[in-house]
Amino acid sequence: MPAANTAGAPAIFVDKLTKKFGSRTAVDQISFSVPAGKIFGLLGPNGSGKSTTIRLLCGVLLPTAGTGTVLGYDIVREAEAIKQNVGYMSQRFSLYEDLTVGENLEFYAGIYGLSREECRQRRQELLTLAGLTARQHQLAGALSGGWKQRLALICALLHQPRLLILDEPTAGVDPVSRRIFWQIIRQTVTTGVTVLVSTHYMEEAEDCDLLGFLFSGRLLGFGPPALLKQQANVANLDDVFLAYVEREGEPG
Amino acid sequence: MNRLNNRFRASWSRFLAVFKKEIIQIKRDKPSLGIAFGMPIMMLLLFGYAVNTDVDNLPTVVWDQSRSAESRELLASFVNTGYFGINQYAQGYQEIREALDGGQSRVALVFPPDYAANLQLGKPATVQVFIDGSDPQVARTALSTAQLLVQAKGAALLAEGLAARGIDQGSGPLLEARPRIWYNPDMKSLVFNIPALIGLIMQNVTIMLTAFALVRERERGTMEQLVVTPVRPAELLLGKLAPYVLLGLVSFSIILAAGIYWFGVPVKGSVPLLVLLAILFLFTSLSIGLLISTFSRTQLQAMQLAFMVLLPSILLSGFIFPRETMPWLIRGLGNLIPLTYFLVILRGIFLKDIGLAHLQGEVFALLAFAGGLFLLAVLRFRKNLD
Repeated sequence: MPAANTAGAPAIFVDKLTKKFGSRTAVDQISFSVPAGKIFGLLGPNGSGKSTTIRLLCGVLLPTAGTGTVLGYDIVREAEAIKQNVGYMSQRFSLYEDLTVGENLEFYAGIYGLSREECRQRRQELLTLAGLTARQHQLAGALSGGWKQRLALICALLHQPRLLILDEPTAGVDPVSRRIFWQIIRQTVTTGVTVLVSTHYMEEAEDCDLLGFLFSGRLLGFGPPALLKQQANVANLDDVFLAYVEREGEPG
Repeated sequence: MNRLNNRFRASWSRFLAVFKKEIIQIKRDKPSLGIAFGMPIMMLLLFGYAVNTDVDNLPTVVWDQSRSAESRELLASFVNTGYFGINQYAQGYQEIREALDGGQSRVALVFPPDYAANLQLGKPATVQVFIDGSDPQVARTALSTAQLLVQAKGAALLAEGLAARGIDQGSGPLLEARPRIWYNPDMKSLVFNIPALIGLIMQNVTIMLTAFALVRERERGTMEQLVVTPVRPAELLLGKLAPYVLLGLVSFSIILAAGIYWFGVPVKGSVPLLVLLAILFLFTSLSIGLLISTFSRTQLQAMQLAFMVLLPSILLSGFIFPRETMPWLIRGLGNLIPLTYFLVILRGIFLKDIGLAHLQGEVFALLAFAGGLFLLAVLRFRKNLD
């Protein structure tokens, strides 16, 4: 990979990014920029365009209009390079339930082209990090919700991605598992990895370095949580969101 | 050069990862294993033993009113053909009717009281033959056998009578057909069915397994994860299909071995040619399975679609019913089924020892099917990923 392509570039940069499905506009001219090494939280109700935005950034969907780069790679022309450097975890458990924990890791190691030595080393590291070492020979389908989610996370981290994308990762997971999950995320960020996370939980949003509020496909607010609260002159993020939606409702 | 090398290595690594994963999943999936190994064996037993269209030992009821050496002699000739087996003796038409109505007997032979007397006087004698015609194939065989047998007996008696009166008839009848059956001289239906069974089983196993394998990935949501990885559609498809090519070849070998060693149906033609064309056919089946998977959201839908393809292929391909007697429209439909061509190839190589020269049309048809269906399936598969 040419180094000039990525050095100093923001981890995520989008300019007037738009995606239409037929007559419906799922993502409407959003523009923002996220520096490397930050946790960026994407907030918004169901159907606000979070998942579509994520799929555009992963290079899985083509934008209708606008441009964007992820890790310095163009989201239209360099989707392959993006896929090799991004780790993705969806809200639905999308690993193989009929494969063991270890086999799932080996499968993704092969998909990302890790050498045998790299695979062995990363596998050990990540199993320890997630506390899954004792369960590596168990079928993934036999794990409980919290364990499954941690397995999905370490599968996404296996190839040392520079951007980790988490689509509502903690939906339907108990509070203890959620805390362990976020510990792993924070530890990952210290190594210079950027994180994009979409979430419903406002307490998770508080911990992000940057937030973006999506509503009906439009980006209503963008910035650090403290700044957003200050601008809206409210005490918590719930109220920030309400303030945005109310302002939208008013004509003009 | 180095970069090209790296790209190839990455591509190979991804293909191998999918291939290994698929093998592990097949090993853990009982239904898949059942289809791969159970289905060939079950169908082999079914078609090898149960579905036998050969006519032999037809249960026959006899009412012998003549009770003579002559009537017993003719009866013995009937039994000796192997087509008739006497299972009861009746006294009167009422009993014969009951035997045929009840299905205990399929054929009835009635000798009149004057049978022997007429023969001794050199007068025409008759024997009545009743045949249960519900199953036309059985009835036809019984009828022609009975007619041939009695005619031959009549001719022999005539010659005997003439000779007794001092007239030498010479070298036998003036006109005589001398039939010789080629390729399957004993006219065993097994010899005809076993080669075709290879094609049918290969088709069923590969179509069903590939359709399920790909739909499963979508149904369980694992496809969602795969599309964000660097794996390319071609690597994913080839990695997923390769294990089923192997499975298809395994079922091919099982049936081939069972056909040759268990049922005693030898391959008269070239085995390498058979294997080569079997692989070609395997690709058409895989493509059909792949195509089905692009039309289905769940494994149940895939199963239903698979049956919509499999059932007509059993009926229209010439597997059971001869295509020559089909109306042109039905025969035309049969031309759209790849199995139709593969059956001609299988039976040709198995029974007639014919080579590529006689099978050009069929081979080209299969090549066209394989290419066209695979292209269509891949195009639809790619579109579905978006």
